[in-house]
Amino acid sequence: MAKTWRICLLLLRFLAFSATLASVIVVTTSHERVSFLTISIEAKYTNSAAFKYFVIAYSIVTVYGFLVLFLPQESLLWRLVVALDLVFTVLLISSISAALAIAQVGKKGNDYAGWLPICGQVPKYCDRVTGGLAAGLIAVITYIVLLLHSIHTVLDPLLLRKN
Amino acid sequence: MASANGDKVELGFNIVTVTKQKKDWILLSLRVVAFLATASATIVMATNKQTKSLVVATIGTTPISVTLTAKFSHTPAFVFFVVANGCASLHNLAMIAMDMLGAKFDCKGLRFALIAILDLMAVALASAGDGAATFMSELGKNGNSHARWDKICDKFEPYCNRGGIALITSFIGNVLLLIITVMSIIKVLKQNRLNHVGP
Repeated sequence: MAKTWRICLLLLRFLAFSATLASVIVVTTSHERVSFLTISIEAKYTNSAAFKYFVIAYSIVTVYGFLVLFLPQESLLWRLVVALDLVFTVLLISSISAALAIAQVGKKGNDYAGWLPICGQVPKYCDRVTGGLAAGLIAVITYIVLLLHSIHTVLDPLLLRKN
Repeated sequence: MASANGDKVELGFNIVTVTKQKKDWILLSLRVVAFLATASATIVMATNKQTKSLVVATIGTTPISVTLTAKFSHTPAFVFFVVANGCASLHNLAMIAMDMLGAKFDCKGLRFALIAILDLMAVALASAGDGAATFMSELGKNGNSHARWDKICDKFEPYCNRGGIALITSFIGNVLLLIITVMSIIKVLKQNRLNHVGP
């Protein structure tokens, strides 16, 4: 019973790691060059500061997720994992929120500021970034579940262990 | 093993002892400051509005003017910012009230756990709101030449300044909320150690 629980947790951590890795790769490799008449527009993720923040934050968490996968069960570092889980989950939430805000402006535009949506001009770039952000959302939800579980395992706040 | 005159009876399972606890003034004052920070960020951003009228043409002798407004509700990111900071300030208010008025409620020993979990949720919400509003205002300040989006801060400077103040105050509230969350989680750890349920 405990063994299946452990495998389940390991799978969940692996899912979180692969979701962050996938979103980093998809957003980083999304660029499209469109040219009409004599003007050529290139859409890259580095054009926007929010997407750069998104990629940097998710890469840090990918490395962290990879390292935690190899932590043995009885190590004392699980206390540190609780604290780091909290910090990295908050970082992930902040970065996905920022990226979603800018992506929403790119998709719908902003009439009041006179900003036109760009998704009509670079549809492939738009679709790739949407896919990367969706993977990022899955990663955030998985990390929230993992954070709650770490707190429960290490601290037992609901007093479910009978000693 | 039941003690004869003590007030702690040990039955088959653990009972949490509700001892008289020293009031934690540091946590309470941090919560008050965080409440003030998030509440002022909400109010400053919610009342952020600027109207400007420009003369676009002159027909004969009468000038035609166009009125442009900049409101926070024009941008979904700022609406989310206001809502998130409003929720965080309500949470802080509820925690202050619980600390000052409801010291006797223990919720079957789950009091500290509930406070820690609610603090976690508040910090997550506040950081999401901050992240979205930061990059939105950076876009408004610098524009984006690649997407042909002009900056708006040179035309609506007081609006931008007020938004910046709200953002800074919200950052302060967010950092304080993070410190409060860590302190709440440590309290849970101490409570568990006290009741012989340890990791």
